[in-house]
Amino acid sequence: MKNRYFFIILGLFFFFFIVLFNGLKNPNVYIPELQKEKNLSRFEASDFYSNKKISSLDILNDNNFYLINIWASWCLPCREEHDYLIKLKEQNLIKLIGINYKDDFKNAKKFLNDMGNPYSKILKDKNGTVSIQFGAYGVPETFIIDKNKKIIKKIIGPIDKKIYNEILLIIK
Amino acid sequence: MKIIKFLLIIFFYFSSFSSFSNEKNFELENKIFKNLRCIICQGQSIYDSQSDFAESMKLVVKQKLDSGMSEEEIYIFFKDQYGEWISYDPAFNTKTYFLWGLPVLIFLLGGAIILRKLAVLKN
Repeated sequence: MKNRYFFIILGLFFFFFIVLFNGLKNPNVYIPELQKEKNLSRFEASDFYSNKKISSLDILNDNNFYLINIWASWCLPCREEHDYLIKLKEQNLIKLIGINYKDDFKNAKKFLNDMGNPYSKILKDKNGTVSIQFGAYGVPETFIIDKNKKIIKKIIGPIDKKIYNEILLIIK
Repeated sequence: MKIIKFLLIIFFYFSSFSSFSNEKNFELENKIFKNLRCIICQGQSIYDSQSDFAESMKLVVKQKLDSGMSEEEIYIFFKDQYGEWISYDPAFNTKTYFLWGLPVLIFLLGGAIILRKLAVLKN
């Protein structure tokens, strides 16, 4: 009888040990990755230059692939990925929409003057609420929208060569 | 004079009514803030956090409430954008069977052990 209890307790101990030990290996920072394709929520934002309110329906109105990129002049990784965005624009296969996140207008304009402007439209997100409409939580973050206006890829962090090639594969 | 008194009564009646509804809204806002997890801060709700991201989430909650969305619709919106993790009230599904079932299992196991012990003592 005592032996049976001993083995039950030992079994439970090992079970919890394995569960908790595996838990240690998991990163304790949650990353909201895209689990499956989803429709882009409708959102409104101010135009970067004119400050006019624009609806997402007015921007994403062509039968095109769209890339929505959240960026800021104060964000260093945004500078790293900027060349790839310029290259994507030159491909003429995808329209780039920029969302300027919690930024100073002068600094953002200088950033575009210095590094080039790959965006066909830029929207302002002064308080971070626009980015939340499609599930972003920082900068840089990029969303690829297909011709059915579905988010098919979400890139958390800067675009590098590997991701750039993946985007090309999707849109070609 | 009577008219002024009458107008003052009406004014105070409606201002107290609006402050009551503001208070109600404030309570609901706080309830939602407490039920949403701040993704970039560990183990904190957006109510507890003053991070930039949590502040933006609070603004979105206020906007959604102002636009007439219900509490449940707001949770669905955030779960849709960020996954189940954002909610402090995880749904009962295939991924959370273990989470919900384990306390019940441990309770039943404990109960069985106690009952067995009692039966042995009686005998």
